[in-house]
Amino acid sequence: MRAQTSLSCDVLVIGGGATGAGVLFDLAQRGLRAILTEQNDVATGTSGRYHGLLHSGGRYAVRDPESARECIEENWIVRRIAPHTIEDTGGWFAAFPPDDPSYIPLWLAGCKAVGIPTEPLSIAQALREEPHLNPGAYAIYRVPDAACDSFELIHTLIEAAAALGAITLNYHRVCAIEKAGGKVIGALLENRRTGALVRVHADAIVNAAGPWAGEVAKLAGADIRMTHDRGVMVAMNVRWVNTIINRLAPPGDGDILVPVGTVCVIGTTSVVVERPDDLDIPAAEVTQMLDAGEIMIPEFRKARALRAWAGVRPLYDPPQKREGEADGGEDGRYITRSFRTLSHADVGAAGMLSIVGGKLTTYRRMAEQICDEVCAYLKVQAPCRTAETPLPKPTWLGGGRGKLHVLSHRLHQLEHAPRHDNLICECEIVTRDQLEAAIRASGEGVSLDDLRRDLRLGMGPCQAGFCGYRAAGVLSEVAHLSPERAIQALAAFIGERFRGNRPLLWGHQLRQALLDEMIYRRSLGVPALQAQVQAAAS
Amino acid sequence: MTTELRELPYLQETPFTADHCLKCNICTQACPVVSVTDLFPGPKTVGPQAQRFRDPDLPSPDRSVEYCSGCGICTLVCPHGVRVMEINAQAKAKLAEARGFSLRDWILGHNAWWGVLGTLFAPLLNRLFRFKPFRWLVEKTLGISARAAFPTWAGYTFRSWWRKRERRRVVPADNSRPVVVYYHGCSTNSYEPHIGKLAVQILEHNGFRVIVPPQACCGLPLQSNGMFAEARRFARKNVHALADYARRGIPIVGTASSCIMALKSDYEHVLGMHDADTKALASGVYDFCEFLWHLHQQGKLKTDFRPVSAFPLEVRALIGDSIVPYHAPCQLKAHGIGRPALDLLDLIPELRAIEMDAECCGIAGTYGYKAEKRQIAEDVGAPLFRRIRESGARLAICDTETCRWHIAQMSGARVVHPIELLAYAYGIAPEQPAII
Repeated sequence: MRAQTSLSCDVLVIGGGATGAGVLFDLAQRGLRAILTEQNDVATGTSGRYHGLLHSGGRYAVRDPESARECIEENWIVRRIAPHTIEDTGGWFAAFPPDDPSYIPLWLAGCKAVGIPTEPLSIAQALREEPHLNPGAYAIYRVPDAACDSFELIHTLIEAAAALGAITLNYHRVCAIEKAGGKVIGALLENRRTGALVRVHADAIVNAAGPWAGEVAKLAGADIRMTHDRGVMVAMNVRWVNTIINRLAPPGDGDILVPVGTVCVIGTTSVVVERPDDLDIPAAEVTQMLDAGEIMIPEFRKARALRAWAGVRPLYDPPQKREGEADGGEDGRYITRSFRTLSHADVGAAGMLSIVGGKLTTYRRMAEQICDEVCAYLKVQAPCRTAETPLPKPTWLGGGRGKLHVLSHRLHQLEHAPRHDNLICECEIVTRDQLEAAIRASGEGVSLDDLRRDLRLGMGPCQAGFCGYRAAGVLSEVAHLSPERAIQALAAFIGERFRGNRPLLWGHQLRQALLDEMIYRRSLGVPALQAQVQAAAS
Repeated sequence: MTTELRELPYLQETPFTADHCLKCNICTQACPVVSVTDLFPGPKTVGPQAQRFRDPDLPSPDRSVEYCSGCGICTLVCPHGVRVMEINAQAKAKLAEARGFSLRDWILGHNAWWGVLGTLFAPLLNRLFRFKPFRWLVEKTLGISARAAFPTWAGYTFRSWWRKRERRRVVPADNSRPVVVYYHGCSTNSYEPHIGKLAVQILEHNGFRVIVPPQACCGLPLQSNGMFAEARRFARKNVHALADYARRGIPIVGTASSCIMALKSDYEHVLGMHDADTKALASGVYDFCEFLWHLHQQGKLKTDFRPVSAFPLEVRALIGDSIVPYHAPCQLKAHGIGRPALDLLDLIPELRAIEMDAECCGIAGTYGYKAEKRQIAEDVGAPLFRRIRESGARLAICDTETCRWHIAQMSGARVVHPIELLAYAYGIAPEQPAII
């Protein structure tokens, strides 16, 4: 195949999730020329679909101590290097009436063994701090959990890497991995927006494609047996708790409640699925999450459920277990959350390394380990410095070194903004200035959904009912879109927002959806306009 | 204070109502303040939206919420049950708690004291507050607008009149008559005792035995200025003094619509008092005109009203051939009781009381007394003042005191409480001239 463009670098990183972005930054910091390719926008896969928890490791302390140890060690590091992506909510492990008390000593011993600090809390004190908590809780321990905004973390890493010369190619899919003489020499990418082919010459390739790692490995002739474990999460409009609540019980469905920004997220289910892009949200799993929420917060489902979504955990059940690693089983729940690096030299693809398993919390350590191996392969002597290097905030978020994120941050920003009348997304407080800056920073072809991940645009109660058309107007103005493309951009955004709303259409959210429908269908006639645009195009 | 706000099931609390907001903007469209100033981002923005970003354990960073006048129109118009004004009032209180409040706000919040204290020095103070250089000085030093209309101390209190009247009673009270509790409020007590006297006389004319038990300031000025702890102290005094009457089915009526609204709703929904006594009191208080209109609907109101042509000459001269403009204050609209004053005034032959259909007069209690908000208060009320002036009327009607003073000052008309006209129609002579 002939490629229209040709690029060359030391290392090609495949996958724009937390791991890929972490790898890109790590390589760039070691002085290697790196390119990252992502088939969609960055943070659209598992990393952008997680519940927002920076693990203390407590969840894995009993069954999977190896992963627990990685979590607690990395937890301290991420807080230090990317504080602006972290809200230090703290976390509790709380045992509720259905939970077996005999688990508590096991859990405490597990935490102690791997160095997770725990502090018992009286129920009375807990209820003072979290008045909505089920008063039937009978044992509560504090752990150093935190909430982490993965969109901001990934954008931060990408921008920090870019500042060191690394390149990120969004919406580029890997079509082929090219090999010669028993090693990889590069890859052929397709720009999914233009159809143009890009050839990347690289001395090494890192496969950090998460649930797609198996598909990518196949391109190099390698076989990785991934387990695709889908989890459904539900965001509630009310921030029922300001502390992360974990069930003090063996890992199960809906055992984590995380306050994330203005909402709180209950997660997750665990269902093994065939495809890495199976993001179905079965109604039964939504109900299951709301039921689970009620065990922790009795009035849980009386607040509006804003949005449901699914993410696919890229689990890897290693054939040989290390000491302290969970021993897998039929259920995705018990596959280790630790990670592995795999070399594919055995299939004539030396220089291609895959990184599988792991957690968002441990992204940095995963990056460090695979970059060490890449450096060894390339015979480059460059130590990892990511654990000591604070990451700057992305420029469109104001730049500079960050402090820990607090809930009122955006309210504070708005209060000090020069104008009050430029709110685009009212629910999540996104101003016109921020939107314009993000559009300019993103370059050509940016979609409203990409901007959503940059800014949280359209993620509040009205689910883009009011900001969608405003943002489409700003986008078309700043990016000089034709009316046809502006309509398509709006229709795509609204369609995607509605997808996560559909499993939750009752009560207030149903009213909201009807109002939104009135705006887009009746007032603006978006479906009719879209049909016209499509008819004209064909 | 924070713990007190949280002591109840959250679903019953004001902040939870933000969950119902559909972002429809009906509140913003109806807000009288947002349309005249850029300093206020609007009720939806500072209310249900900002609420999502307020950490219950941290002070809120948004001072723009202080530009909410607290008129409550947003709560009234919200089709989904969001208590917007109440959310804002609580946010203001948290700000005051975190930053402390100014001497000016403290003074305005405690008008209950100044009313009574000032009575002792009425002639001196009345002159002083009309002395422009003094008002200029007060504005420069304290930030109380020199342009705002100040009330006049009557020189005696309603309560002292009432005590004297009870002492002089020759015939013992007729215990067979149904009993009504009169809640006078601070303004009637110190500045406009004639309204209280007329209220008593109108109730007695309709066959009631009126009692005036000890009572405190409703606490609304403190609440509006963010001093919730003190506002609750006043509120508890009133609950303590009056809840028992409500439980016994004795109506509590008041001529100050805003104060009555505090008893009816704010104690629970703004101050977060959800106890049974507060609820009992809330269910037993009535705006004066609301109460009379209920009587009329039951066929129990005396309707021996004289026509305007039989009013005293001076009053007739003031009305002339004109309509009498009526303004329903926001706090009265918030009762959700319609326009009982207008309904009653319609019963008076030859009186043409017409609602001015204006949003808000702008004063919003103590809001328009603050120098930095004075222009907003004048701009909000401008359409109302213009309509009154264009009607040519020299007499207008309004239910609440600060609105009356403000409208009178800005429109040039004489502005009276509806019961002053009802009293003339009943032929009840005020013990001292009210209108003239």
